Amino acid sequence: MEIDLSRIKAYGDSLNDGAVQVSFTLPVPAGDEAKEAARQMALKMGLEEPAVAEMADLGAGFSFFVIYGKCMHTVNYEAIKIPRRQQLVMSFGEVNEMIRKEIKRKVVVVAACTGSDAHTVGIDAIINMKGYMGEYGLERYPEMEAYNLGSQVPNAELLAKAVELNADAILVSQVVTQKNIHLENLTELVELAEAEGLRDRVLLICGGPRISHELAIELGYDAGFGPGTLPNHVASYITAELVRRLKAESK
Amino acid sequence: MAYSNDGRTVRSVENKLNLDHAKVKLARDTAGRIADRLHSWIGDYTTTTTERAAARLLGIDGVDKGGIPLANVLVDRLFEAGKLNRGLVPWLAGAVSALGESPQEIAGKVAEGQLDVSTVPEVPAEKWRETADLLADEAAAKIRATRQKREEKKKQASPPGKPLLYVIVATGNVYEDAVQAKAAAVQGADIVAVIRHTGQSLLDYVPYGPTAEGFGGTYATQENFRIVRKALDEAGEETGRYIQLVNYASGLCMPEISVMGAFERLDMMLNDAMYGILFRDINMKRTFIDQHFSRMINAYAGIIINTGEDNYLTTADAFEQGHTVLASQFINEQLALRSGLREEQIGLGHAFEIDPAREDGLLLEIAQAQLCRELFPRSPLKYMPPTKHVTGDIFRTYLVNGMFNLVSILTGQEIQLLGMLTEAIHTPFISDRYLSIANGKYIFNNARSLGDELFFKDNGRIRARAEKLLDDACSMLREIEKIGLEDAMEKGFFADIKRSSEGGKGSDGVIERHEQYYNPFMEIFMNNAEAGKGGLS
Repeated sequence: MEIDLSRIKAYGDSLNDGAVQVSFTLPVPAGDEAKEAARQMALKMGLEEPAVAEMADLGAGFSFFVIYGKCMHTVNYEAIKIPRRQQLVMSFGEVNEMIRKEIKRKVVVVAACTGSDAHTVGIDAIINMKGYMGEYGLERYPEMEAYNLGSQVPNAELLAKAVELNADAILVSQVVTQKNIHLENLTELVELAEAEGLRDRVLLICGGPRISHELAIELGYDAGFGPGTLPNHVASYITAELVRRLKAESK
Repeated sequence: MAYSNDGRTVRSVENKLNLDHAKVKLARDTAGRIADRLHSWIGDYTTTTTERAAARLLGIDGVDKGGIPLANVLVDRLFEAGKLNRGLVPWLAGAVSALGESPQEIAGKVAEGQLDVSTVPEVPAEKWRETADLLADEAAAKIRATRQKREEKKKQASPPGKPLLYVIVATGNVYEDAVQAKAAAVQGADIVAVIRHTGQSLLDYVPYGPTAEGFGGTYATQENFRIVRKALDEAGEETGRYIQLVNYASGLCMPEISVMGAFERLDMMLNDAMYGILFRDINMKRTFIDQHFSRMINAYAGIIINTGEDNYLTTADAFEQGHTVLASQFINEQLALRSGLREEQIGLGHAFEIDPAREDGLLLEIAQAQLCRELFPRSPLKYMPPTKHVTGDIFRTYLVNGMFNLVSILTGQEIQLLGMLTEAIHTPFISDRYLSIANGKYIFNNARSLGDELFFKDNGRIRARAEKLLDDACSMLREIEKIGLEDAMEKGFFADIKRSSEGGKGSDGVIERHEQYYNPFMEIFMNNAEAGKGGLS
């Protein structure tokens, strides 16, 4: 099986068949016309031979479709370049060990859900003692002092706390992304940090289900963490980055 | 046989877990004493939102030129004049009888600066009392009429299946919410909740008018309540059913939102005694005082409350902390009873949140759900779907939601908040809701009588888990009784969250009552024999 990495296609059960499934709703009642509209929509998406596998009436003038088709588009995999965080992932023990040996003081981390966001599930998973999926949260790290300020924290308050505690890193979680409110919030924090002259003194890190490292860099953060992140990923990044900066300074 | 508050057995719920009656009674009695301890001081205080709720009950609505609700304006003026500790009603009733104008006109004049709250001529006590009681009776009659209308509509409608299918809409725009709510109702939802704008819980006022912008949800305003109520009534008429509407009597304005709900015929309210303290960092004292009046209003309006124990398991681990849910349910129940709610109105919350990767996790979920059912046999239990261990894999989530639905039908839950396959990705699309209803309907029909056929083995895993949960809940309740609920919350007993008793938002709205404090609604709502004849029907 010869895969041309400069022209990859979606895979169903044979190479280059382009098979994909999509589902969507149209604001028209279910019926033959709606089905044809869905098929045409799929064609416009670049799906050849679209087959409407399921049409369901959602009531109130809406219909729902599940469609299979062969996506004609190709992607050049070889040309893709993704900016990467440092890849090193250390364990709970290794992180603490590195802090003891290389930083020789406690690493201070301040975290919050900012703006109007009240969803703390992400930040809690990373910070709180208990952690997530068997990985202890940052509060449990003996060499870290982690402060979880909770939800709906104004950006200015978060920065003030970071200054008060002389934080090494600020963690911001944004879960609600409706109408891109998270982008506004995240951008405001960077701007405030710059205005206060804090930006270079602290690692700015954001996380959330719709956050990627790439997006974080674009917004002016040092790193971003998306879905599937565990506490030790964040702890590893913070520690390794602080050590890297320390070494750079001493040179 | 199961054990309810008055010791009467409830036949429809069997004792499948072979629970020790004495332990159940111990847990309930202990929770009762914990609630009594709070009630030893709750009555010494009022709050700004409690008084604003009284203002709203007396018909004060609308906003001033700056957009500030008139209820806030009036309460603030009375507070500044040092009059609020006697309650808003004595002053307002006095002004009504002295000036011969309606509460709304008086509030308007205060807002316009045409009337100074300090300069209203004094009227004799018997005169303002008479006016106060008359006005209060009118308000109570209005609430009773709304309740009556709900009961009539329910009678005309075809009875819903069980569990009731509960879905959420969360567009941020009330007009869009109305469309989606209607569609959900047509698809088969029995209950529609309009999720609130994420920041509203910390607003110390209730926004006014229809709103089209909110994040993560829509502002709770009286007009928004009306708009969605109308849409659901229309959907109900089309389908021959009664569709219940839910909102949030939570945050810094619990009692005011209850008033709005009582007037606009909401059917359920998220209305927890401790949620605001734990999850919104609202001051303890404030919350305990607010929840009391708020729940009295819900009781009188025939509204079913939903408590928020499910939230504990989004921060704490469901396997390790399952007993905290039970302990909290007992406390929430006892507090609710002390505000006049009947057991049939107390929709205690719990959740399906054990890590799906855990071996026999399903058995543990069954144990907890069955235990809740047997401990609170008359409560319309509200069962919340998995959220914590849900990923972006919508296919897996759909399956986990199916398991959740299976446990619900097996254990006789009453209010099923349907899980969305796109949980953890975005607020639900219209199709997500459709798929969740299809999932629920399929399982509830396909496994309808499963619970009647299955029994749990002696010394088996399910009974053992239930027994341990109850034991742990009893120990926890006894410990809370020793130190008091406030101290327990300071120590992080619930949800792994610690809150200081003096900290939190809204403490400036707590006011010590004058000995001549008067609020006629407290008496009307608590002493009405009809109160709370709501319940699921």
